[in-house]
Amino acid sequence: MTVSQISLAFKNCKKEKKAALITFTVAGDNTKKNSFKILNSIAKHADILELSFLHNCPIADGGQIQNSTYRALRNGTTLKDTFQIARKFKNNNPNKPLILMGYYNLIYQSGENNFIKNCKLSKVDGLIVVDLPWPENKKFAQKCKKKSINFVQLVSPTTSKERMKKIIKDSHDMIYYISMLSTTGGKLKVSPKTILKNYAKIKKIDKSKNLVIGFGITSKNISSFKKADGCVVGSEICKKISKSIKNKQNPVTNVSNMVKNLRKRLS
Amino acid sequence: MAKIKKGIPLIDQHDKNGFWGKFGGNFIPETLKKPVEDLALLFSKLRKDKKFIKERDYYFKNWVGSPTSFIKLHNLTEHLDGAQIWAKVVSEANGGAHKIYNATVHSLIAKKAGKKYIVGDTGAGYAGKMLSMAAKKFGLKCKIFMGAKDIKRQKPNCDAMRKNGAEIVPVYTGSQTLVDAVSECMRYWVSNCDTTHMCVGSTVGPNIFVKICGWSTSQISRELLVQIKEEFGGIPKKLKLINCVGGGSSSFGFWNEFMHYDKKQIEFIGVEAAGPKKSKRHAAPLTYGSKIGILHGSAQYVNQNSEGQIEETESISAGLDYPGVSALHCFLKDTKRARYTAASDEEALNAYQVVTKFENLNPSLEPSHAFAEAIKIAPKLSKDTIIIVNSCGDAHKDRDILKQRLGKF
Repeated sequence: MTVSQISLAFKNCKKEKKAALITFTVAGDNTKKNSFKILNSIAKHADILELSFLHNCPIADGGQIQNSTYRALRNGTTLKDTFQIARKFKNNNPNKPLILMGYYNLIYQSGENNFIKNCKLSKVDGLIVVDLPWPENKKFAQKCKKKSINFVQLVSPTTSKERMKKIIKDSHDMIYYISMLSTTGGKLKVSPKTILKNYAKIKKIDKSKNLVIGFGITSKNISSFKKADGCVVGSEICKKISKSIKNKQNPVTNVSNMVKNLRKRLS
Repeated sequence: MAKIKKGIPLIDQHDKNGFWGKFGGNFIPETLKKPVEDLALLFSKLRKDKKFIKERDYYFKNWVGSPTSFIKLHNLTEHLDGAQIWAKVVSEANGGAHKIYNATVHSLIAKKAGKKYIVGDTGAGYAGKMLSMAAKKFGLKCKIFMGAKDIKRQKPNCDAMRKNGAEIVPVYTGSQTLVDAVSECMRYWVSNCDTTHMCVGSTVGPNIFVKICGWSTSQISRELLVQIKEEFGGIPKKLKLINCVGGGSSSFGFWNEFMHYDKKQIEFIGVEAAGPKKSKRHAAPLTYGSKIGILHGSAQYVNQNSEGQIEETESISAGLDYPGVSALHCFLKDTKRARYTAASDEEALNAYQVVTKFENLNPSLEPSHAFAEAIKIAPKLSKDTIIIVNSCGDAHKDRDILKQRLGKF
């Protein structure tokens, strides 16, 4: 297997001695066009981009991402649109890794193989499926791996060490550590110090794996996580889009500036 | 084809991943894996613990008020002039509906788990009301998640919840009904699973919640089995057990003890909500052949569009207004052990009028759906056929809707 773009992104960051910045935006937010424009403009600053495919019963998302999701659903964004946005982005930025994130029902309705086929056609680099935990995801993760799509495993503060080891063993090029007990976008209720302590414990299990931290990370606290392999910011970006619309400003410019600033703070 | 095994409770007939055939499972975020596993382990220990069973039975008897009565509806039987109509009056249970069984058991489990907080979802408000009662009884702090639309239409139950000291959290997302309340409740649990116990209000959600709820409501059929034997000196040759199905907790509990009987002898009929006449937004995924999908952590037949977005439902009965249905019922449908049909809002209202005209019984809009089916089929059946309807809720909570639609309550 050739080295994945996700792997390369982490390698490059390590060379430059910085943590990878991973952004999360919602497909079709606030419009189909803008969501592509946002991806395209933040690609300059972000190392890996996550794009969520929509589901209207998101059981693990906080208010900000829900707002973005419902906004995108209201403007008629479909799974097909999501793949089109992804494809257009990858055609413009062939070396920038793009990860799709969402809930399993959309994959289930597409059929796993068909969904993977569409990912390949859009040149998607990885997948995060929020409600398909290990070991239930083993088969699907293997299917993804066969097609050179990274299946990103998640671990959380409730994951036992025993389980953690098994998950890490089955993981591909990136593992996502959920910083605290929360839905996305919750206020950071644990100190960065504690999060980093847990992070170090997980990292110790297999140092070769790229481990990123997500949930509750914002411009305000991101500089505390410089030592991690990577940090994910999502809800703050979604919030920025909501605010931009409210203030009749251009969400593309605003988000782009925000991500530029995030990059600065994480370096 | 999927088959029901003999000699094993249906709630235990799932594989190691939690599936009954194609249904159920645990489609949950990683953070919930451990709390769900802990709960499953605790429950498996408790149900074998004689002391715990004794405690449960004590509260069921002395606090819930078991057994609820089993009565013949003489006037209705005479009026319909066919099969005999009987009712299991589960609405006599403390609080006025079957939801008290699940609420009591969850509160007892929460205590054993050392949790001080309990949260739950509610549609019609019964699950919430009962959980608030049980939480108060067992000294737990309680939060209830409820769709904003349901808060408006089920005011009496909301008043009761507040009186019991529970906090009602209104949910404004999506259709603002049960489906969104369950999602929001699960989100809350993701954030607070270290201190808080979650009670899912029906036989839905991740595998363990289906099991606990089914185990709890089975009290209904345990009582009924004894009552039937006393009344008829055995099990009648032609018996039909009719129950409304929303999430499916009352119907599962009503049928469980009769699971291994031949369906030619004991037929299970589940009645879903067809919604307003001519409405396409029914809440009857079993009746109208909805596709399998994932909702609230479980694979089930669920109303959804082709890409997998969950569709809004519409029903006069908040308790049945749910786009999915218990994995257990999906399994009962596939194994053909139960038959499912639907009644419209109008049919349920009509049934309510007929029942209350002839009998001293006041079924809520949910069991009125079941009565609609009984009224429909009874005249065509022989007089030695016994129809039992689970009158699982009291219409007190529906008084505003009934006043508006029928001009009286």
